Amino acid sequence: MALELRGITKRFPGVLANDDVSLAVGSGEVLALLGENGAGKTTLMNILYGLYRPDEGSVVVDDRELDLASSRDAIAAGIGMVHQHFMLVPVFTVAENVILGQEPSGPLGVIKKDAARATVRDISERYRLHVDPDAVIEDLPVGVQQRVEIVKVLNREARYVIFDEPTAVLTPQEVEEFFAIVRGLQADGKGIIFITHKLGEALEVADRVAVMRAGRKVAEVTPGETSEAHLAELMVGRPVELVVPKDTSHPGATVLQVQDLVVRDDRGHRAVNGVTFEVRTGEIVGVAGVQGNGQTELIEAIMGLRPSLAGNVVLDGTDVTDYNPRQLHEARVSHIPEDRQESGLVLGFTVAENMVLNCYYEEPFSRVLVMDWDATNEAAQRLVKQYDVRTPGIEVPVSNLSGGNQQKVIVAREFDRDVRLVIASQPTRGIDVGSIEYIHGQIVAKRDAGAAVLVVSSELDEVTALADRILVLYHGKIAGEFPPDADITEIGLAMLGSGR
Amino acid sequence: MTATVTETVTEQPVSTRRTTEGRRATIVGFVLLGLTAVVLWVFALGAASDATATFNLSLPNDRFQGLTWAFNARALSLVVAVVLAALGAQRLRRSQLGWTNTVLGIGLLLFVVSFLGWAAAGSSFSLVGMLRSTVISAVVITLGALTGLMCERAGVVNIGIEGQLLTSAFVATVLSSAFGTVAGVTGAMLAGALLGAVLAWLAIKFQVDQIIAGVVINIFALGLTSFLASRVLSEAQDLNAPARVPSFRLPLLADIPVLGPMFFDHTFFVYGMLLLAFGLHFAFFRTRWGLRARAVGEHPKAADTLGIDVYRVRYRNVILGGLIAGFGGAFLALAQIARFEEDMTGGIGFIGLAALIFGRWMPLGCLAAGLVFGFSGALAQKVAILGTGIPSEFMLMLPYVATVIVVAGVVGHARAPAADGQPYIKG
Ligand SMILES: Nc1ncnc2c1ncn2[C@@H]1O[C@H](COP(=O)(O)OP(=O)(O)OP(=O)(O)O)[C@@H](O)[C@H]1O
Ligand SMILES: [Mg+2]
Repeated sequence: MALELRGITKRFPGVLANDDVSLAVGSGEVLALLGENGAGKTTLMNILYGLYRPDEGSVVVDDRELDLASSRDAIAAGIGMVHQHFMLVPVFTVAENVILGQEPSGPLGVIKKDAARATVRDISERYRLHVDPDAVIEDLPVGVQQRVEIVKVLNREARYVIFDEPTAVLTPQEVEEFFAIVRGLQADGKGIIFITHKLGEALEVADRVAVMRAGRKVAEVTPGETSEAHLAELMVGRPVELVVPKDTSHPGATVLQVQDLVVRDDRGHRAVNGVTFEVRTGEIVGVAGVQGNGQTELIEAIMGLRPSLAGNVVLDGTDVTDYNPRQLHEARVSHIPEDRQESGLVLGFTVAENMVLNCYYEEPFSRVLVMDWDATNEAAQRLVKQYDVRTPGIEVPVSNLSGGNQQKVIVAREFDRDVRLVIASQPTRGIDVGSIEYIHGQIVAKRDAGAAVLVVSSELDEVTALADRILVLYHGKIAGEFPPDADITEIGLAMLGSGR
Repeated sequence: MTATVTETVTEQPVSTRRTTEGRRATIVGFVLLGLTAVVLWVFALGAASDATATFNLSLPNDRFQGLTWAFNARALSLVVAVVLAALGAQRLRRSQLGWTNTVLGIGLLLFVVSFLGWAAAGSSFSLVGMLRSTVISAVVITLGALTGLMCERAGVVNIGIEGQLLTSAFVATVLSSAFGTVAGVTGAMLAGALLGAVLAWLAIKFQVDQIIAGVVINIFALGLTSFLASRVLSEAQDLNAPARVPSFRLPLLADIPVLGPMFFDHTFFVYGMLLLAFGLHFAFFRTRWGLRARAVGEHPKAADTLGIDVYRVRYRNVILGGLIAGFGGAFLALAQIARFEEDMTGGIGFIGLAALIFGRWMPLGCLAAGLVFGFSGALAQKVAILGTGIPSEFMLMLPYVATVIVVAGVVGHARAPAADGQPYIKG
């Protein structure tokens, strides 16, 4: 009983996304799949799920070769997938999402709603997923949405389940719950493929770990015979510094002052409720906290993307509370937004166009009213090289790039100038260790060059690794300030609101 | 974790000052007070208003004859003014929000009743006749809205409804003149479906911008039908003489006072509209077919990963929408004036799109919106007849003014299907 990929090759224009990859996972087994951004993991899984057709190679389930023309065929063969970006209809209820495509229905196609609800309840109970069939998806936190995806897969009686970066968007508690679910599925005899960028997770849950690099499978190991450092080296092809080296900070003049800021979220609640802090030149201030405690709204308010209800934002002594993003850009503020696809990039634009999104209207990219494409392309070429963006060219739409490389485009655009203040939200979400090392290195370099840096991350490890000072945000208020070498459990307690 | 966050945050008193709901309540409050002023100064205190207005509630061939409602126009307007003022003040005090739309609706209704009383003071006026023509005016608007709904719910924007109506009206005229009503209606529906297929083909296969594709269809339809009307119909007059579709009284139902003549003594087009609105509402929200169509309009990629063929659903819905538009076009040509005239749609397809938005992308909402727009049209006609001194051209603007107000969002923001108008590219 096994699911096998044999000699899969897949080419996109200008990219060899998969190069003769073979993999297998048996029932009751967990296989972790690691690899750099753009290594071809998602592509491989999409082939397995019938969304792409391989150029060469085959998919074999229980010794039977499959011809997967669409995901319908994959579902019929017992393969289920939880996608990197969830595939849920936001305005539908949980039950509607679960039954979609396989609706229990009577004459005239009338859906049996009770049967649908009962199905969701049964599965939810059996695997302890705790989802309410009548909840509407858009009201649910991501962790619950993910469990809905799992119910969906189980409802289709999948025997093999693929998880593409399931933990990238989860809080630490949700990750623990997720692992418990994975173990439950494993005990039930499901074969599981699990893609992650977090090496520790792979070592924790997997029976075997496969590593991909540049489209090829380069290694397959068991957790017992490896370590995080070793896995990182296998992925990137060279030793990786898992924690950025940095000197102690020498903070200077105050650059950013946030005073008693109050900001509402979309539903009108006070997501930020009286926050005061400052950031000085040459220091990195890290904001830690469980996702949803006001981080998003805080940064949006500072960046002029969301009105604030009360309080001030002061930059170098000037009140910039009502500045718009362009004015802030011109005041030498750089911003790496939390959601790169939503607010960092124009996905349909080319790499070159995205590289100048913040300054296209300035010399030399624009002369009078006309774009100077030669200057633009030249700058883009240089940035692609300098920031090691893996792309077939600067003329491809940025949507074709893998997540990590999309993030590097943003970093290149925002960092390639003399900046006063850097604001980075979740700068390494969904990014491989090699790129994390690189982006962290860039952030520290900006600090050493005299910029003030504010980093927001729901990844506590990231905050402790980068920050010279840590602020914990809880329920829209600062629940504590810590030095970087503070006790992790104490910071953790503050994040849960039970600190001092 | 997140659950706790929400709980604690909700405990805080959220002042209604800055919320959109609060702002809308303020606007509606001022609108209601403005209406109060008009009712008081014009309708209640107007020179001629202290007289009896009589509303006739039955038509000549109804079972129950002689139903009327007579009242003193001034007294009624005074009562209306008091109620309007109370409603407006309540909105402005913001003690209780919510129901803003309902309150606005009630307010407008009262205003219109008071207006009619004023206009009919000293004479009588057939209220049922006006309600009946409301339903007739609503047919094309509702069918147009339902066409748009079929397409947009599956993620295809259809601006070409106008062209579909016009083309099918032409086809209905010619085929009905030559071969009879059944051929006319069938041909019209097929013509609508054919244009739908063209739109779907352009939008899905070639990913042409859907707005442009729709505009192309409109221009094509206008040009073609005008050309054929001037070249062919002017020569062969007997091809522009379809039999007028007769009304069919529904037994028993048509005898209900007021509602009977309003809804149940009409051509089959009206019954078709009612059945379609209710049927589609059921289909979209209760059946497998509807769930899948809505999924394709909201998140096509999710539907695709579940093995639903996005392109097929879109083709099917746009073509079915074309059938509905064709039915509407046949109504225009065969039930209204029983002949084809150049550009006889005159923009009503676009009013249908407005009704789709007003109806919040719900089939029964489309019907309700169609009736509201139809009412403003019927009102304009009646008032022109009553002779109130208001220029009839001004009253004829009413449906369009209503459209602008509705689309500009006074009624609050409705949400279009998330993938509306976006081409889906597989893989
Ligand atoms: N539809 C597409 N068209 C062209 N190129 C593509 C397409 N999808 C992926 N690619 C390219 O194929 C390569 C593999 O991408 P893939 O998304 O599989 O990477 P990944 O390992 O999942 O990366 P990440 O960890 O960032 O999610 C990348 O170079 C990417 O740019
Ligand atoms: Mg991926």
